[in-house]
Amino acid sequence: MSAGQPPFDSPEISRLTPVLGPGHTYSSVTDKISAIVLTRPTSLGWYIGFLLAFSVFGVLNIAIGWLIMKGVGIWGINIPIGWGFAIVNFVWWIGIGHAGTLISAILFLLNQKWRTSINRFAEAMTLFAVACAGIFPLIHTGRPWYAFWMFPYPSVMGIWPQFRSPLIWDVFAVSTYGTVSLLFWFVGLIPDLATLRDRSTTKAKQIIYGMLAMGWRGSARHWHRYQSAYLLLAGLATPLVLSVHTVVSFDFSIAIVPGWHTTIFPPYFVAGAIYSGFAMVITIAIPLRKAYGLEDFITMRHLENMAKVMLATGLIVAYGYFFEFFMSLYSGNKFDVFLVHQRLHGPYAPFYYALILCNILIPQLLWFQKMRTNVVVLFLMSIVVNVGMWLERFVIIVISLTRDFMPSAWGRYSPTIWDWATFIGTMGMFVMLIFLFVRVLPAISIAEMRELVTETSEEHK
Amino acid sequence: MAQIFHRSTNFISRFSLFSAVFLAGLGLVGVLGLARSPYSTNQNVSRAQPVQFSHKHHVGDDGLDCRYCHTSVETSAVAGIPPTKTCMNCHSVLYADAPYLEPIRESYRTNQSIQWVKVHRLPDFVYFNHSIHINKGVGCSTCHGSINQMPLVFQASPLLMEWCLDCHRNPERALRATKDDVFDMNWKAPDNQAELGKQLAAERKIRSTAELTSCSTCHR
Repeated sequence: MSAGQPPFDSPEISRLTPVLGPGHTYSSVTDKISAIVLTRPTSLGWYIGFLLAFSVFGVLNIAIGWLIMKGVGIWGINIPIGWGFAIVNFVWWIGIGHAGTLISAILFLLNQKWRTSINRFAEAMTLFAVACAGIFPLIHTGRPWYAFWMFPYPSVMGIWPQFRSPLIWDVFAVSTYGTVSLLFWFVGLIPDLATLRDRSTTKAKQIIYGMLAMGWRGSARHWHRYQSAYLLLAGLATPLVLSVHTVVSFDFSIAIVPGWHTTIFPPYFVAGAIYSGFAMVITIAIPLRKAYGLEDFITMRHLENMAKVMLATGLIVAYGYFFEFFMSLYSGNKFDVFLVHQRLHGPYAPFYYALILCNILIPQLLWFQKMRTNVVVLFLMSIVVNVGMWLERFVIIVISLTRDFMPSAWGRYSPTIWDWATFIGTMGMFVMLIFLFVRVLPAISIAEMRELVTETSEEHK
Repeated sequence: MAQIFHRSTNFISRFSLFSAVFLAGLGLVGVLGLARSPYSTNQNVSRAQPVQFSHKHHVGDDGLDCRYCHTSVETSAVAGIPPTKTCMNCHSVLYADAPYLEPIRESYRTNQSIQWVKVHRLPDFVYFNHSIHINKGVGCSTCHGSINQMPLVFQASPLLMEWCLDCHRNPERALRATKDDVFDMNWKAPDNQAELGKQLAAERKIRSTAELTSCSTCHR
């Protein structure tokens, strides 16, 4: 960027602001992105961050090891609260994993150019979030080595999984989502892997990237097939964005527990998932562009657009909260009315108020462009929203289960140190995987950025 | 720039894609087959006993009734392993000095039970009851095979859950008309078993398949 141009982070962000900084050519884009992986020395900051995340990942391994030795009794769960942190965290992580596919598939089909520089790491983030999410139901079974029983295969037991249970639908929804996301991510990576192969200087890197590139030579026929495959995968992935969290919401709404048994759950869970997913993309994008000087690629326009998506989905979530209460009161069902009372005045009421603060009140600041274009505010806001979305799942699960129909069956829930160790451990695993990803794969799609070079230069002629 | 990969890589990559799918399928078939094989079910494996008691001799040749030794089979969950006194009913006279039977006599003298080796082991979480099966007309040989031809008893059935359910889903196939049929080791299904079984099931108020295959029917 030359010195004479206005600072790119100025608040005058409009639809005309390019999604790529000016002055970039094919080779400058390729150089800048591939250098992060190939030529730039690994910074001390990377090592420190990675080691920190790795040690937290170690905590996760200890927590899971202890769980396997002792069983789920080390957690705070007990009847009536069979679903504690494990399910709260599962829903939280799987929700976070929604932004990647939304950005890569739906925005791709809608021809939104601003998705280009964020789709790669958003997809990677999705995969890592789904991996973190998958751990929880697996270890919550208590005997994870029998988890394969949830898949339909001709077992010696002569029975199939209970297909009428939404928990089995979950297995299909999440595993399909994970598979399609992985394929989509990998197919998108192939041309970039070939670029890395061609630019590698050592034999080992050439072989590893070469094998992953699967013989990509960039011929017209390759590109033709690549684009068909990418479009097909985008079409396949699009319904999954809506279906996965719909199915997750069925885990609750199919049950007749007060506060769960509502038809508004699927849409408001999907909106909540996209809400938290975009928050997590912002949480990652802001440090990433700072650390590697990618402000030209991940511009203010990207951040502002993501903030707008957050605002919109946050309002849908607020609508969901409102109608949850309204329908409970309107129905006059005494258990539903009582649950509203419990949320507002029960032992877990502070969590509910914190949820409203984090998910509804604070994000209203995003109405102001000054806030949407302030990197620090956006970063803090994304953390607040993620905390809020976690609280939402906590409130849904814990308040409903502790205040069931029969007062004699009421209980209280508090997590143990092992609940926390597992939860924080998955965060360590997530951050560790992000660090590894940024170091060994191009965090921004080189091939798609090259396309943008042509398009933006035409726009500004 | 020199090529990174040799020409043959093209073939190797295609071949490995094919064989990955093929091997995964083969592996699955192998695991599912192994789980059903005698290696994991112990089907058809004869067990050595403290005294090599021959069911073939006692049942097949001498014609003893099952209930002579397994006295509680009609009234209890377990068929019952006979006490040494049951053996001595005959063997205090017959073959009274045979060295082969010394462990029996020793058990009788010292009042210490013979440690027979269990052949049909069900998991602890399965509540199997012999009496209900006998009283509804399921014969011994349906599950235990031709005991009258076994010098040493082996497990004739796999005892897998799919094997239990196979019968609980279609109980009429195994129902026998009379008590004598139930204890008949050579029983063969009559030609009209399909109708007869249905009729017997109705008469004896055998529960519906949904109830017979409900989890808590066997796992309580």
